[in-house]
Amino acid sequence: MIEGTTETGGAGEPFPAVNGAAVPNARQAREAADAVYRTDSRHILATLIRLLGDFDLAEEALSEAFTAAMQKWPRDGVPSNPRAWLVSAGRFKAIDALRRRARFDASVARLAQELEQKGGGEMALPEGSLGPAATDAVEDDRLRLIFACCHPALPPDAQVALTLREVCGLTTEEIARAYLATASSLAQRIVRAKARIREARIPYEVPPLDELPKRLDAVLRVIYLVFNEGYSATSGAWVTRQALSEEAIRMGRLLVELLPEPEAMGLLALMVLHESRRAARTTPEGEIVLLSDQDRSRWDRSLIREGVTLVEQALASRRFGPYCLQAAIAALHAEAPSAEQTDWEQIVGLYDVLARMEPSPVIDLNRAVAVAMRNGPAAGLVLVEEILARGVLFDYQFAHSVLADLCRRVGRKDEARAAYERALALTRQEPEQRFLRRRLAELG
Amino acid sequence: MKYLCLAYGDKSKMQALSREELIAIREKCEPYDAELNRTESLVFHEGLSWDVATIRPRNGTVFVTDGPFVELKEQIGGVFVIEAADLNEAIRIASLHPAAHLGEDLGWGIEVRPIEAFNP
Repeated sequence: MIEGTTETGGAGEPFPAVNGAAVPNARQAREAADAVYRTDSRHILATLIRLLGDFDLAEEALSEAFTAAMQKWPRDGVPSNPRAWLVSAGRFKAIDALRRRARFDASVARLAQELEQKGGGEMALPEGSLGPAATDAVEDDRLRLIFACCHPALPPDAQVALTLREVCGLTTEEIARAYLATASSLAQRIVRAKARIREARIPYEVPPLDELPKRLDAVLRVIYLVFNEGYSATSGAWVTRQALSEEAIRMGRLLVELLPEPEAMGLLALMVLHESRRAARTTPEGEIVLLSDQDRSRWDRSLIREGVTLVEQALASRRFGPYCLQAAIAALHAEAPSAEQTDWEQIVGLYDVLARMEPSPVIDLNRAVAVAMRNGPAAGLVLVEEILARGVLFDYQFAHSVLADLCRRVGRKDEARAAYERALALTRQEPEQRFLRRRLAELG
Repeated sequence: MKYLCLAYGDKSKMQALSREELIAIREKCEPYDAELNRTESLVFHEGLSWDVATIRPRNGTVFVTDGPFVELKEQIGGVFVIEAADLNEAIRIASLHPAAHLGEDLGWGIEVRPIEAFNP
């Protein structure tokens, strides 16, 4: 029942069932509602957040809309556009709730008034909106939501948590497990971020063109953080980590579909190219397998094809940035039949461009590894020693393991041992630790 | 998942209120309670008496005292259980409870705890 809609002169039935539609039995209607919930609830939520301007109210409306569907669909039939029906039902439910609460709770009065003022025009979906235009509008709402969740007014860790919960639909508890935080501290972070969006009146919109590059950067950064947490997690349960990477790739695809900016393509390419190696990068026992030792027949060819196509498209735009370049490097690895037969010349060149675009000692370190592959370990070692001498990477585990590996390959065993030990002291991830201990043991 | 919500209030301040004041507070609470009670996710919701007995094991026997387990200014005055998808949803629903809005000066507040089997 959609209470209150008749008393206020609302349509009562937001979307009448199609004439002549067979009225399903209760079980079929429930299954239909369940199916819509699984595939569309995040989209419906995003639209409700835009329409209602409030996360909590939208979440409540979503849940009430599905309750209403469970009651009505068995009786009246499944509507021809279930998603639009649910959005409309949710909106009516929310307005009813606000009207009730505004009578005794001053804190919701403003929101109630705003919604009243918005009236029908902006709020209503076009009657019988069934075509692709309606679908686009709903997809755009997810994009708007991503931009709101990654708004620079929110602290970075809150951006990640909010995006995972509101856009991807992970539960507070799942996010907490993935980031080894307590659910209560995460819940607090999410509640505060939502309040901040409300108070700062952060709009639900894809930013205007002049702001887009900067705002898109923030969104890409959050998506890449989510991906990396899933791909090379510092902690957390494996299953949840894989889910994080999948969610990041899903968001990347959505972004590219709706906003085909070269850097969005570059990030998606980078993620799918990394993901293509997932099966090969650990043994069944969970031990690390280095890129050079991976069984390349286990790399996922369809992901590689997707990644390479995206990189080519993004590079052709000539407006590429750091994600495109990193993806281009990943593509060269993905297309090489072996580590030795990799185009190291071009990889070093791409790192040069990357380092000019975004100077960073980590990029220099990666470049040094590529130089070691192209010109031999001694050439790489000179560069790594120079980078470490700058001091900034002193606590970076990977810098010491690279140094150790290069020292080992040129026969400087004592220095290799010392560097492996430093790397070991800096790493908290168990498989990494086991890998470094194996290398130490091999040194003898 | 289920969440146990405990509404705490300042017992002595509550007991110091006159019958008229209590009735006035209850009237203010009613619409909030109604909002909470109409939620499908609410499993159970009751108010509690301040009259408490506590049971403990003591020297191999069951030992009973009058008074709460921990003698604090704030005691549990209301309890409800919510079925929710996650902690943030539970917090959103629990925020409908009057203790989240009224009675700041009477020390009210709500603790939300996931109900979880102890799995060592």
